[in-house]
Amino acid sequence: MDKAGIGQLLRQLVAIDGPSGVEALVASLVADLARDVATETRVDALGNVIALRRGAANPPGRILLAAHMDEIGLIVTRVEDSFLHVHEVGGLDPRALLGQEVTVYPTGPRTGQTFEVSETLKVFMDGKGLPGYIGGRPPHLTAAENRDRVIPLGDLRVDLGLPRAILESGLVQVGDRVAVRGPYTELLGGRVVSKALDNRASVAAMLGALGYLAAMQHSWDVYAVATVQEEIGLRGAITSAFEIAPDVAIAIDVTFGATPGLNSAETVAMDKGPAIGWGPNLHPGVVSALRKAADAHEIPYVIEPLPGDSGTDAWSIQVAREGIPTGLTSIPIRYMHSATELVVLADIDRTARLLATFIGRLDDAFLASLPEEV
Amino acid sequence: MMALCDRLERLSNAFGPSGRERDVRALLRAGIAELADRIEVDALGNLIAYKTGADPEPRLRVMLSAHMDEVGFMITEIQKSGLLKFQPVGGLDPRMLPAKRLVIGDARIPGVIGAPPPHLQSAKQASQPPRGSGGQPVELDDLAIDIGAESDKEAEAKVKVGDYGVFATQFTVLSRDSSWPTVRGKAFDDRVGCAMLVALLAERYPVDLVVVFTVQEEVGLRGARVAAYRVEPDAAISLEGTICDDLPRPPDVDLTPVTRLGAGPALTLMDRRLVSHPGLLKLLRDTAEAEGIAIQYKAPGLGGADSGAIHLTRAGVPATVVAVPCRYIHSPASILNLNDMENSVRLMAAALRRIGREHLERAG
Amino acid sequence: MKGSHVLELTRRLTEAFGVSGYEDEIRSVIRAEIAGLVDEVRVDTLGNLVALRRGAGAAGQPGKRVMLAAHMDQIGLMVTHIDEKGYLRFAPVGGVFGLACWGSQVRFADGTVGTVGLDGGISARDKLPTLNSMYIDVGATERAGVTVQVGDVAAFWHAFAGQGSAWFAPSMDDRIGCVVLVQLLRELAGREIAHDVYAVFTTQEEIGTRGATTSAYAIDPYVAIALDVTLTGDGPHTKPALEVYLGRGVALKIMDKGMISHIGLNQLLIAAAEAEGIPYQREVLQVGSTDARAMQMARSGIPTTALSVPSRHVHTPSQIVDRRDVAAAIALLVAFLDRPITV
Repeated sequence: MDKAGIGQLLRQLVAIDGPSGVEALVASLVADLARDVATETRVDALGNVIALRRGAANPPGRILLAAHMDEIGLIVTRVEDSFLHVHEVGGLDPRALLGQEVTVYPTGPRTGQTFEVSETLKVFMDGKGLPGYIGGRPPHLTAAENRDRVIPLGDLRVDLGLPRAILESGLVQVGDRVAVRGPYTELLGGRVVSKALDNRASVAAMLGALGYLAAMQHSWDVYAVATVQEEIGLRGAITSAFEIAPDVAIAIDVTFGATPGLNSAETVAMDKGPAIGWGPNLHPGVVSALRKAADAHEIPYVIEPLPGDSGTDAWSIQVAREGIPTGLTSIPIRYMHSATELVVLADIDRTARLLATFIGRLDDAFLASLPEEV
Repeated sequence: MMALCDRLERLSNAFGPSGRERDVRALLRAGIAELADRIEVDALGNLIAYKTGADPEPRLRVMLSAHMDEVGFMITEIQKSGLLKFQPVGGLDPRMLPAKRLVIGDARIPGVIGAPPPHLQSAKQASQPPRGSGGQPVELDDLAIDIGAESDKEAEAKVKVGDYGVFATQFTVLSRDSSWPTVRGKAFDDRVGCAMLVALLAERYPVDLVVVFTVQEEVGLRGARVAAYRVEPDAAISLEGTICDDLPRPPDVDLTPVTRLGAGPALTLMDRRLVSHPGLLKLLRDTAEAEGIAIQYKAPGLGGADSGAIHLTRAGVPATVVAVPCRYIHSPASILNLNDMENSVRLMAAALRRIGREHLERAG
Repeated sequence: MKGSHVLELTRRLTEAFGVSGYEDEIRSVIRAEIAGLVDEVRVDTLGNLVALRRGAGAAGQPGKRVMLAAHMDQIGLMVTHIDEKGYLRFAPVGGVFGLACWGSQVRFADGTVGTVGLDGGISARDKLPTLNSMYIDVGATERAGVTVQVGDVAAFWHAFAGQGSAWFAPSMDDRIGCVVLVQLLRELAGREIAHDVYAVFTTQEEIGTRGATTSAYAIDPYVAIALDVTLTGDGPHTKPALEVYLGRGVALKIMDKGMISHIGLNQLLIAAAEAEGIPYQREVLQVGSTDARAMQMARSGIPTTALSVPSRHVHTPSQIVDRRDVAAAIALLVAFLDRPITV
């Protein structure tokens, strides 16, 4: 596993669409990717993928890594004429949707079928979804006083470019999902642009960590969970943390990368390594151990002050059952929740190395040391 | 009364924002060492004290809780100028902040949140009425902490990003009159609850008692939730410091105050997180009447306490709240009446001697 | 379905008193209705009425544990202050709209009746009213005549009415869900069903799905379905888009503000509906949620969805449902329970 390897992992992960609630395809890929580096993998009742990498014969503890695999997306609320009304799944900025290419996933017709309205009117379902576009309304068809206004999501339409007759025959139904299209593209400086870096970058880091661990010794059992439905309320984390009942947990997510024009007190520097979260949501003993691991192996990091709800799976995990000492490592990205999120690949690799190093250092004494630190 | 007041003073002056309750916990741990049968600290830092009951088995397990944390601050950035940007920890009214003194970090570095002089206006305010004449309220983004550093390097020698801060308020006795004894200090919400719990631990009751000094109530009743899951109580009562807005009303405002200072322990019918269990309410009412303790009812629909989280754990827990009225909670200093505190302890002690299974049932 | 019988059941359930946290009356009404239809009944710590109808199991395919939840509570008003003249100020219990209050009649648990008044009366008629500017008027002419106390709760009150296929009541949310559940138990009587059915009439849904949270933890079902109402998108100028219409069948929840339904469970319900020709509608709701969101999060996670009766004017004092949709909900549940359940 190395930076090039991380890039490869990430490229595969962002190529699959998986908005909250319909993560199955991403789950399959994650399970496949984890197979070589995990002892067992399974999928739970809500769709979380749990990859267990066993440590020693009598492991002193159990650590949970959680990276959510769902992305924000859209859901069809009405088919009108040949256009689709949509609603958000997770927090989308409608301003970033104007001029956005999308993919629509009809659930009615089966993959491999041809959806047919007539001899000349057919659509072949290849399982890859149907390409669509959110074009907004041309300025000359917009009332003058509204030309400068933000168009609310309720007024945007997805255009599949198909004849009305096909849509009227039920090709697309209410509840069908829509993903934004944002292919993986390399920029200068080891930077990459793609949709769904929130949170596939973290899934890549988590799988990367398992890869590093495969070449190391570690005594603790590692439960790496790709969680579902984080974007709509940290849902998969709640139930998987209950189920696994770990002794320690680390959530892996993305955070706001420094961008000119944004308040620097609210962002984290890019290309300086992962941000280690600090605040009520995070156990001081876990934070301290993360920092020591990073310092010992010269992995750069920054501290991210989080005075309350971290807005990540860590918030749910910390209060599962009797409480779980929790940490958070976040990868800085720019333009979060748009189809052109941007990350420095090196930061993903640094996160993977930090997690592996931290886990490798967990021993018999760690749990007993935690109460002193809280 | 003196012991209660002294304990409140020490707890009030202690440093303990949500997420950094260690000093308060250490103080409490020392205070209850001789009083509890067993003491634990859990994963989130809750301090849990067990005291076996005097009755033969089977005994009820009653959980009492009070939160150790107070509303505070966290440093989020050290600017080139040496000023510090910050965010609140827990809910703060930003209007309370200009011209206030804080202490920051383990070294308790003194600082102030500066207030711009009313004579001058920022460019943004140029088109608004001047501040001095009741201008626009301050916004958090406009505020910064000044520790006297002239540069980021100088500041970084003393504080770091992530450091916690609290108001620098010192406890003061306002009135020693025995019919109206009042004190002023910070964090009465909920150091008053903590002080009362220590007093209650001094006695042994018929029932098994689990006293929990919780963490992180102010950021979402977090400690109480996991502690209740662990303890699995048969009933739970939270002791709180609650809103008291008994100031004189304008003539056209005919409204009951949320609570009144000096009117005794305040019972909760319904707040934003909990509808009190009817059996426990009856227990408290009956006890108050039997002991001749005047009680009041907190105005319904406001606020929330640890019981809001506790009652929803596992298969559900009968729960309620007993609170001491505190004027100006969530400001740098509150005022309370020590008689309210004393009477709350009396009420709770008597209730613990009286509580039985009949108080935990529901009408079919 | 015995038409007038279900109508009368609906009348009884919608007219009973039961504001969130104070559900004693409606609970005892429902308890009487289900006597003899279930094997066990208990009332838990939060006041949920938990009834179990044991399954017969089937050779080689044991039944599953199914939790069906309909909430007994309705929104209301809690008295916070009684003023010098005998007017009652209140705090909302659950989501109460200011717009839906002025002039409404309310009723307390003991039958005391009141009208919601607005400060300034007629002179304030053009402003959007806030709850703080309203009060309950019990018709007193002096403070001394008022027997209501601080802490008493009142519900919006109107008699049930049936008109064609439309049924009207203030509390369709969610007494109609309770009707569906009670009537389901009636229709199952005498049928052999493999599955253990926990019929839970929950409390305090309107103030945070609280009863469902603790009862789902206790039961830990294999699957869970909330029975509630949902909004309709068939009114004039309705925004945002909602393809749910009165009279077109039971609404199957795909997503709402609080949760995303389990796809496999929804597929089972769709298969049952299509096999039996039961009309259903696909629901994506942008505002609001149900007990389903709480049940889904119990313990290690429960595959959950919701079946809803479309209702117009939800959270106003006169809500409308269509009896055909009620019938469809019951029929779909029977069809679902009459089949193996594997998700």
